[in-house]
Amino acid sequence: MIIEWLTAFVLLAGSVFMLIAALGVLRMPDLLTRMHATTKAGVLGAGLTMVAVALHFGTEPVIAKAVAVIAFLALTAPVAAHAIGRAGHFVGVPLWENTRVDELQGRYNEETHTLASSDEGEAAESDSSAREN
Amino acid sequence: MVLQFAIIVSYALLSLALLLGFIRLVLGPSLPDRVVALELLASLTVGFIAVSVVASGRAPFLDVAMVLALTAFLAAVGFARYLEKGGHRVDH
Repeated sequence: MIIEWLTAFVLLAGSVFMLIAALGVLRMPDLLTRMHATTKAGVLGAGLTMVAVALHFGTEPVIAKAVAVIAFLALTAPVAAHAIGRAGHFVGVPLWENTRVDELQGRYNEETHTLASSDEGEAAESDSSAREN
Repeated sequence: MVLQFAIIVSYALLSLALLLGFIRLVLGPSLPDRVVALELLASLTVGFIAVSVVASGRAPFLDVAMVLALTAFLAAVGFARYLEKGGHRVDH
């Protein structure tokens, strides 16, 4: 009985979080803020529904599969978000008009696809191009 | 009883979320935005499969969710590589 209530609650919580993620991806003003909504709330929502599955069945194979799905989501989502954010910055996706700080402004070398960590861009660029070759 | 109610409400919420994500997928405006929307749709589908597993009581469907979670990641990384290597800049 208590398991059923708990399953229902976790299932609903996961669905609500995923709805919030979808709302965020529709309403947020630029790429990075949209990613902020989908990556965190989306993974939390999918993970909670998987917890509901594990609670509902309660057998070892199902729990193992649910934990595996949660692990895959939690391991892959940050990597994918990082890759897309990096690609978006390289492609030149415009930021939100009220963005205060863009720390990557001018630090990204379009030829070698590397970042200069300091204001001495010249030294870092020649260093990285030497490594590329 | 309460679980049946939760399943129906979850289906409704997830359908609405899929619709909102799909609107962003159509609107764009740039390819990275669409990739983000596509990744969200994949997570939403994983959630949908989880709800359907609870509703139907068929645990083997979980394998579908597992494979979907992994292939969505591959698609996102593939798009990111494509954009970095061959994409056109938006602002000029």
